[in-house]
Amino acid sequence: MIHARGLTKTYTLKKTSVDAVRGVDLDVAAGQLVAFLGPNGAGKSTCLRMLTGLLPPTSGTARVAGHDVTTEAAAVRARIGYIGQKGGAGEAFRIGDELVTQGRCYGMTRRAARSRAEELLTVVGLDGLFARKPSTLSGGQRRRLDIALGLMNRPPLLFLDEPSTGLDPASRADIWSHILRLRADHGTTLFLTTHYLDEADAMAERVVVIDQGRIIADGTARGLKADLAGDRLTVTLHDPADTPRAAELAMGLPGAADVTRDGPKLTLRVAAADRALPEFLRALDAAGLKADTAESSRPTLDDVFLALTGRTIQDEDA
Amino acid sequence: MTFLRDTATIFTREFAPVWRDPLSLVFTMAQPLLFLYLFGPLLEKGTDTPGPAWQWFVPGILIMMCLSGPLMAGYFLLLDLIGGSMERLLVTPVSRTALLVGRTLKEFVVLLAQAVLIIGLAVPLGLDLHVPGVLTGLTLLVVFGIGLGGLSFLLAIVSAPGGELFYGVTQVVMFPLLLLSGVLLPVENGPGWLQVAAAANPVTYVVEAERALFAGRFLDAPVVWGASAAVVTALLGLHLARRRMARGL
Ligand SMILES: Nc1ncnc2c1ncn2[C@@H]1O[C@H](COP(=O)(O)OP(=O)(O)O)[C@@H](O)[C@H]1O
Ligand SMILES: [Mg+2]
Repeated sequence: MIHARGLTKTYTLKKTSVDAVRGVDLDVAAGQLVAFLGPNGAGKSTCLRMLTGLLPPTSGTARVAGHDVTTEAAAVRARIGYIGQKGGAGEAFRIGDELVTQGRCYGMTRRAARSRAEELLTVVGLDGLFARKPSTLSGGQRRRLDIALGLMNRPPLLFLDEPSTGLDPASRADIWSHILRLRADHGTTLFLTTHYLDEADAMAERVVVIDQGRIIADGTARGLKADLAGDRLTVTLHDPADTPRAAELAMGLPGAADVTRDGPKLTLRVAAADRALPEFLRALDAAGLKADTAESSRPTLDDVFLALTGRTIQDEDA
Repeated sequence: MTFLRDTATIFTREFAPVWRDPLSLVFTMAQPLLFLYLFGPLLEKGTDTPGPAWQWFVPGILIMMCLSGPLMAGYFLLLDLIGGSMERLLVTPVSRTALLVGRTLKEFVVLLAQAVLIIGLAVPLGLDLHVPGVLTGLTLLVVFGIGLGGLSFLLAIVSAPGGELFYGVTQVVMFPLLLLSGVLLPVENGPGWLQVAAAANPVTYVVEAERALFAGRFLDAPVVWGASAAVVTALLGLHLARRRMARGL
């Protein structure tokens, strides 16, 4: 569905230039749900705008839905849907009219556009609001309207730029239920950006991490966490004087890394905490060291990002 | 064919709010209406305006509307560019040129409706209706309006996403263009530098042409100059806006 090679975008503002995207290679198969994850300013929107033909790449190529985005833009446009980071409906217009306009832009007859608009308003739970203006909708309703606008042409591939950003938790969950239903009902390929780690973690089968215009990781959330972050063990020793000795023992555990001491507290990363923790406790016992508390935690995608870049994603949130 | 359909789609989108609320047309005309009713009678008493007062004054009001309507048309485009709705339309296969032409067409219809209304209201006040002259004058007016609309769209596109440039330029440009064209007061009696500035202002020529036409004079030099200024503005405005649009936003 998506095949990008060496996609690059350099913005020039006055005399300075910004390398927003630097050589992105990406392949997305039909039917996948991919979360494009990265901090603000990582280049997510710029990538999406290039993949949808909104922005000509500085260099590189992309084939989207079977066609080249630069040389066959019209063919690409007919086959994709795009829900931008900003709201898609104009403030001066009735929301139903905006949907009809959208349908007409895809070449539908007025009648077909009208009935598709009514149908989609029902699907996204805005039935009866045809004659409303966007300013009278809540944040969550507006975002659902944006989804409806992106679905007018029944696209097999849908791009969503931060579909849930800025919404309250209930609305976020609601938007997600719509996104997931699209996939279940129509097999739509979904490529969405987010800087919410929990969302990427829970919803996407594939997470592509971008930072400073480059893809730095690509895989399942589970795989990334196992490969890049590992589980975390925290053990508090009864006698702080024992921690150096305990740290030595910890180094012997499979996949042990990042061993840090803080008073009586010892933290480290291991490949699989469920196996490592009992083993570690037995080793401590055998050495005559007494542990007061022991706990293990699964890594988050934030740990993955931290492991990759030394920064956390939220650091850069505006 | 698709181009015509797309143009109709965009025109329909832009025109629908006006259609649903025609009174808004009158509100946006508040300024020209005030000039017509409050300023016009004063001129009528004055003696030093060339030609009968209404024949001289009404074309000025029409040009004023041209400067406040089409020249500000970019403002709504700017709103669509700052919000996401322009981007949303650009993702569809809709013709890029139609996105501009459809909007321009709306400005054209609105300007025409407002001009006809002003003329209709001016007749009872004393405007002599030289029908062929007025019709030609209206044509000239909308051609000029289309050009100004194009330039305004261009300005909006290069101003996005901040928009400051648009507000700045329109603020700085509109009143000098208006005042230096002799729309409200004759510039003939002004100092030399003012007359030079007026001569460099394309609006001046269009106003002069409108005045000649409203007085029923067709084969006047000002008509030729004004028509040229309007056509050049229209071609330039549409061409530049279209070219900028084709480069992607
Ligand atoms: N139109 C633009 N002109 C100049 N720089 C831009 C423009 N859009 C984005 N950028 C810059 O490009 C980088 C990537 O931006 P963006 O793609 O919006 O990131 P993200 O969507 O991941 O937050 C940022 O440094 C941003 O400031
Ligand atoms: Mg973004």
